[in-house]
Amino acid sequence: MHIGLLSVVIWLPIAGGLLTLALGDARARLARWAALVSALLTLAACVPLCMGFSNGTARFQFVERTDWITTLHAQYYLGVDGISLPLIVLTAFMTVPVIIAGWSVVEKRPAQYYAAFLLMEGLMIGVFAALDSLLFYFFWEAMLIPMFVIIGIWGGPRRIYATVKFFLYTFLGSVLLLVALIYLYLKAGQCSIESLQQLPLTLVEQRWLFLAMLCAFAVKVPMWPVHTWLPDAHVEAPTGGSVILAAIMLKMGGYGLLRFSLPIAPDASRELDWLIVLLSLIAIIYIALVAIVQQDMKKLVAYSSIAHMGFVTMGAFLVFFILAATGSSQGGALGLDGAVVQMISHGLISGALFLCIGVLYDRMHTREISAYGGVINVMPKFAAFMVLFALANCGLPGTSGFVGEFLVILASFKASFWFALLAATILVLGAVYNLWLVKRVVFGPVANAQVAALPDLNHREFLVLGTLAAVVVLLGVWPAPMLNMMESSVQHLVQQVVISKIPVAAP
Amino acid sequence: MTTLGQGSAVWPAVPEVCVAVSACLILLIDVYGGHKRRGLSAMLTMFALLLGVLLTSRFGMVMQRELLFNGMYVADALGTFLKLVAFVTMATAVFYSQNYLEQRHMLGGEYYVLCLTGLLGVFVLISAHSLLTVYLGVELLSLSLYALVAFDRDSGIAAEAAIKYFVLGAIGSGVLLYGMSMLYGVTGTLDLDELSRVVQHAPSGGIIIGVAFVVAAIAFKFGAVPFHMWVPDVYEGAPTSVTLYIATVSGLGSFALILRLLAQGLNGLTGLWTQMLIAVAVLSLLFGNVVAIAQTNLKRMLAYSAIANTGFILLGFATGQSNGIQAALNFTIAYVLVTLGSFGLILILSRQGAEHDQIADFKGLSTRDPLLAALMLVLMFSTAGVPPFIGFWAKLWLIQALIASGHVWLSVFAMLMSVVGAYYYLRVVWYMYFDAGDGRTPVASRRRMRLILLINALAVTALGLLPNALLDICRRLIP
Repeated sequence: MHIGLLSVVIWLPIAGGLLTLALGDARARLARWAALVSALLTLAACVPLCMGFSNGTARFQFVERTDWITTLHAQYYLGVDGISLPLIVLTAFMTVPVIIAGWSVVEKRPAQYYAAFLLMEGLMIGVFAALDSLLFYFFWEAMLIPMFVIIGIWGGPRRIYATVKFFLYTFLGSVLLLVALIYLYLKAGQCSIESLQQLPLTLVEQRWLFLAMLCAFAVKVPMWPVHTWLPDAHVEAPTGGSVILAAIMLKMGGYGLLRFSLPIAPDASRELDWLIVLLSLIAIIYIALVAIVQQDMKKLVAYSSIAHMGFVTMGAFLVFFILAATGSSQGGALGLDGAVVQMISHGLISGALFLCIGVLYDRMHTREISAYGGVINVMPKFAAFMVLFALANCGLPGTSGFVGEFLVILASFKASFWFALLAATILVLGAVYNLWLVKRVVFGPVANAQVAALPDLNHREFLVLGTLAAVVVLLGVWPAPMLNMMESSVQHLVQQVVISKIPVAAP
Repeated sequence: MTTLGQGSAVWPAVPEVCVAVSACLILLIDVYGGHKRRGLSAMLTMFALLLGVLLTSRFGMVMQRELLFNGMYVADALGTFLKLVAFVTMATAVFYSQNYLEQRHMLGGEYYVLCLTGLLGVFVLISAHSLLTVYLGVELLSLSLYALVAFDRDSGIAAEAAIKYFVLGAIGSGVLLYGMSMLYGVTGTLDLDELSRVVQHAPSGGIIIGVAFVVAAIAFKFGAVPFHMWVPDVYEGAPTSVTLYIATVSGLGSFALILRLLAQGLNGLTGLWTQMLIAVAVLSLLFGNVVAIAQTNLKRMLAYSAIANTGFILLGFATGQSNGIQAALNFTIAYVLVTLGSFGLILILSRQGAEHDQIADFKGLSTRDPLLAALMLVLMFSTAGVPPFIGFWAKLWLIQALIASGHVWLSVFAMLMSVVGAYYYLRVVWYMYFDAGDGRTPVASRRRMRLILLINALAVTALGLLPNALLDICRRLIP
C-alpha cells in the first residue's frame, strides 16, 4: 500500500508516542529525546506538505483513500484543503514548544507525559485530515483519552474535577454528533464528508442535524453558555496541556462548524445564523468582561480564549447576514477568512501566553496575579515577550492577532453597523484585560522578595518564546501566504452555503 | 474427512459431545487422581476446551442450516461461531481463574465439571430448535451456576448470593416454562420453525400472555430491569472467577436464548415483543448506569454495568430487524471480550485472603504496575465506548441499527446514557492514574497471566482499529 504524506504526519507522532511510552520513565532522558525527534520529524514532514500544496484549487489534495470498514462503507480517506492545512501545520508546530517547555520541568512520569502529547498530536492531525465522517469521529473521540490523562496526572490541585468535567462535557456533545453523522450516513449510504455535503436534506432534518452537530462543536469551541469546562480545564492542566487545549483543541470546534455544520446544513445555518451570532457576541462582550476581573493568570487567558473564539464563530456565520445585506456572496468570504486566520493566530498567541505563564509558574508555583509585580526589573527578556504576546492578544496591528479580528470586524460592518460596533468592543475590552494584566504582573516596582529572586529566561525558554514571537509577527505583517492558501477553499465554502440543499418537492 | 462429515448426523454436535464427555471424564479422573496432583482438573479442562475448538473447527463446521435429532437441534453457521467463541471465552476464563482458585483452595474437580456442564447448557441453548431444548439448556446452565455461586462454602456472602440466585432463578425458569406452555397450548407445537409459522396468523390472547411471560423470563436470565435484583448480589457475592463465568459464558447463553426463542421462534410477532423489549431496555440503561455511579465495589459496579449493557443488547433486538440483531451479536462479543479482561484483572490482582474488588483498591495502580493499569485503562475506555477500542464500534453499530429502524430518539437516549456510564468507568481510571498509591506491596502476578491479559487488551484495541472483520462476520451470520 502506498503510504501518503498525510498518513506519515498522523502516524509518525503516534508511533513516536508509543516508542516514548515503551522507553519508560526509567530512561527518561532517552524518552525525552525520542519525543522531541518525533515532534521535529512531524514538523519537517509538514514542509513538503506546504510546498506541494497548490493554492489555486478548492479540491482536496494529498488524498489517500482505502477501504477501512466495508460493512459501514467507511474509508480511510484523508486529504487537505486550504482550511485544514494551516491547522495541521499549526498542530505540528505547537507540539514542539510544548515538548521543549516540559524538558526539565516535568519530573513526574516524564515518558508518559511526552507520549501523551505525541499521541494527541497524531490524533489531532487526524481530525483535520480526515475526509470520512467516521474516521473524523474516530480521531475526534480518541483524542479525549490522552487529554483526560494529561490534565488528570500532571494537573493542579483540582485536576480530577477539571478533567472529568472536561471529558464528560465534550463526550456529551460528541455523542449527539455521532447520532447526526450516523443519520447522515444512513441517508447518503456512504460516509465521506463530501457526499454528506452534497446530500439533499429537508429543512426539518437540517435543523435537527445542525443542532446536534452544534452540541459537539459549541462545546469544543467553546461557545457561551457551554464554556464552563474550559476555565477549569485550563487552570488545572499543566502548561503543555493548556497550550494544546487553547492552541489546537478549541480550533476543532471551529473547524467542525466550517467543515460540517455550514456545508451539510446550509439552510438551517441560514435560519439559525442569528443564534450563533448572538451567542458569539455574548461570548465576545460578556466573557471579555469576565476576563477582566480574574485573579488567576491562566483563568484570564482562558476567558480571553473564549472571547476570541467568539470571533471565529461569528466570522463563520456572518456570511448569511452579508448576503442578506449586500446581495452578493463576495463579501461573505471575508468573515470566513477572518475566522480561519483568527483560529491560527489565536492558536499561536494563546499558546504563547500559556507558555509565558508556565515560565512564571515554574519559578514561583503560583498563578495569582497579586503574587507578581515588577517582573520586568528582574526578567527583562521575559517581560519583552510577555508584553508582545499580550499586545498581540488584544489585536495590535503588526501581529497576527490584528489580521483575524480586523477581517471579522470588516465583515460585520458589511453585515450590520451594530454587529461591528458590538464586536469592536473587544478591541477596548481586550486592551483592558491584557494591558491591566501586563501592568500588574510585569511593570511597577518589584513586589516581593520572591519576585526579586527570579532568574530570567534560560536558552530553552528563550528559543521557544522567540520562535513563537517571530511567527506571530511574521503572520501579522505578511499574512498573504496564509490567505492565499485558504482563498480557494473559502470561496468554495461560500458557494456551498449559499446554495439551498432542500430537495425540490417531488411531483 | 468430508466423507465422515456427510452421512453422519451427529457431526455438527461435536462440541456438545466433546464437552459432555470431558465433563464425565474429568469428574472420574478427579475422584481417583485429583488429590495427588492439584490443578490436574484445570489442566484437563483447558485441554478439553482446546480439543473442542480443534474438533469443532475440523469436523463440526456447519455451512448449511440443518435440523438434527428430530428437529430438536438446529445446526447453523451462527451456532458454530457462537460455540467457538464460547470455547475460547471459557478457556480464557479458566486460565484467569486458576491462580485465584488455588489461593482459595477451590481448585477441586467439581468446579470445572460444573463449568463444563454450564457450557454444555450454553451449547444446547445455542442450538436449540424446540421449546423443550431451550428449557433444557436454560436449566442446565442455571443449575450449574447456582452450585458455582455457592462453591466457596465457607463464605456467608456467597451462600446468600446463591440462595437469592436460586430462588429468583427458579421463579424465572418457572415463568419461562409457563410462557412456553401457553404458547404450546395455543399453537400445539414445540418446534420453533413451526411456532413462527403458526403465530404469524393467530395473535390470540393466549399467545400474547405467553409471549409476555417468555419476554419476562428472558429479561430475568439477562438480568434486565425490572428483573435484575439478583445481578448485583450474585456478582458481588460469588467468587470472582464465577462472576467472570456468569458475565461472559452465561452471557453468551442469554444471547442465544433471546436469539432462538424471540428473534427466530417468535419472529412473526415482532411488533409485540419489540415493544416490551424497548421498555425493558430503556429501564435497564437508565437504572444500570445511574446506580452504578454509587458503587464502591468494582464487582458490584460491573454488575450494574452489565445491566446497562444488557439494555444495549436488548435494544439491538428491539429493532426487530436483522441489522439490529447483527449489532447485538457484535455488541455481545465485544462485551464478552472486554469483560473477560476486566474480571481477569481483578483475579490477577487478588491475593491470598484479599479480594481486590474495591474500586479504591485500584488507587495508584499505575505506579505499582504500569502495564496492568494501562490494560485496565484500555478496557475501561472500551466499555465506555471511546475509540479506538472495540466497544466504540459495538455501540456505533447499535446506534446505526436503531436509527435505521426509525428509533432516532431511542438512539439519542442510549447515547446519553452511555455518557452517564462513562463517568464510572472514568472513575476507575482516575483512581489508578490520578490518585497516589498508598505504598502497598507491588503486584505479584504470574507472567503467563499477564501475557494473556495483554493479548486480551491488544485484541480489544486491534478490533477497534480494524473492526471490519468482526462486523463482517456478524453481518454474514445473521442474514
